[in-house]
Amino acid sequence: MIRSITQQKPEEEIDQLLNGLGRVFMIGCGTCATLTHTGGEPEVKAMKENLSGKGKLVTGEMVLPVACDNLTAEALKEHGAQIGQSDVLLIMTCAFGVQTIARQLEKMVVPALDTLFIGKETGLGRFDEICTQCGTCILGETGGICPVTSCHKGLVNGPCGGTSNGKCEIDSEKDCAWTLIYNRLKELNRLDAMRKLQKPRNHQGEPSPGKFKLSA
Amino acid sequence: MVSSFKKALKSGKFVVTSEVAPPKGTNLEKMIHHIELLKDKVDAMNVTDHQSSVMRFPSLGGALLVKEMGGEPILQMTCRDRNRMALQADLFFAASRGINNVLCLTGDSVILGDHKEAKGVFDLDSSQLLAAIRRLEKGKDLGGNDVDGSISFCAGAIVTPEANPLEPQLIKFEKKIEAGAEFIQTQAVYDLDNFKQFMDYARQFPVKILAGIILLTSAPMARFMNKNVAGVNVPQELIEEMASAPKGRAIEKGVEIAGRMIKRVREEKMCDGVHIMAIGKEELVPDIMDICATMICCSKGKAL
Repeated sequence: MIRSITQQKPEEEIDQLLNGLGRVFMIGCGTCATLTHTGGEPEVKAMKENLSGKGKLVTGEMVLPVACDNLTAEALKEHGAQIGQSDVLLIMTCAFGVQTIARQLEKMVVPALDTLFIGKETGLGRFDEICTQCGTCILGETGGICPVTSCHKGLVNGPCGGTSNGKCEIDSEKDCAWTLIYNRLKELNRLDAMRKLQKPRNHQGEPSPGKFKLSA
Repeated sequence: MVSSFKKALKSGKFVVTSEVAPPKGTNLEKMIHHIELLKDKVDAMNVTDHQSSVMRFPSLGGALLVKEMGGEPILQMTCRDRNRMALQADLFFAASRGINNVLCLTGDSVILGDHKEAKGVFDLDSSQLLAAIRRLEKGKDLGGNDVDGSISFCAGAIVTPEANPLEPQLIKFEKKIEAGAEFIQTQAVYDLDNFKQFMDYARQFPVKILAGIILLTSAPMARFMNKNVAGVNVPQELIEEMASAPKGRAIEKGVEIAGRMIKRVREEKMCDGVHIMAIGKEELVPDIMDICATMICCSKGKAL
């Protein structure tokens, strides 16, 4: 299943965002942010203790089952009184959750997390970005490995000169996407696909902000 | 107009190119000094484009300066900082000012440089930039629109002969030639026997190849490159030779090694020339060429 991968913001940034706001209601998420240990029950509890230690009054907290779901509106109503008493909502979900919640309530929201990417858990506690939803899929020519996402530069014509021993120039822990693609295509005896000179990408795939309507 | 660099490549002579690096700021003194020193000694000089992703005076401005001073510039263009519109616009400007040689590079990651929070563009890659140049020469831009005025470039690219794994780089190398590269300047090569093997393969393509020579300045610098620069492999014996130099004289040893390598590349007709990268020590390039000429003189009785 794909997940929204988050990381907690630096404490100083959260402190700054909450500056002058004494009464805080906190919201976590039982789905992705629980999986990444950034906004589940234990993290919300720890944040609450931290904030209390700094003299904030936490008017209440909740962990929504799925913050980005439409049912969030109903779940928030159950905590209406506590939310009403707060100056601000500190939200420990991904930005989809933050925006879903913000649409429901007349309150300022402060995200406690940064949303890094949409990815998959590929090993215990390891999350990898797989697709950037570019709107112009080229997986058919790359052996099913996406260079737009997996190559740091999003190159579509093979590796840059910075690749070394199958790793990326920015991080020796990151695989070079084009080495992976090369290995895969070689295995499949389809290196000819890599030899094709690819045209510049069409960045108009779906102009941001994306909107799409199913036709009847 | 055919550039003098292109003429040199076509002439069959042993071509020598070097580099000048624009400054961080507007003080062009050092760069002007390097251009003065090199302009009559080399066939052309590359003007680097925010080398290692460190923001500097633009390569286009530097290339214009070389031109104005009577030198032959090779405009380095990376795809890191400009989208296809800005790249094509800069090509128009270059062509209008008689800057007719371009080296097309994808460019290092922004993260490696001094503006780590900047956005890396990479709207095109090196092979697509080459294809864009050839398209402009035919009178069309990448949007399919007509272009007013003529454009003609001697366009080149790079290759890393010691990359590991090598084959993906060679596939890219072939795509660059297919896209229109006329010349290739290689990443630094130190093991010339390995380089000969690369040339056995590369000879089959209609492209001129200049072997990359990076001046070694010290044994630690050589070790640093081995560890940190992709596709650069300084053999242990060269590192030991650098380390054996008397204190404070390592650079002289580096100049000697560079001269010796160029001599061998030339005498064994390994490729079409060399590209000397002295990385901040450009004033030593004439010394490298002199020492090489002396070595050749001693062995054969003719000057470079």
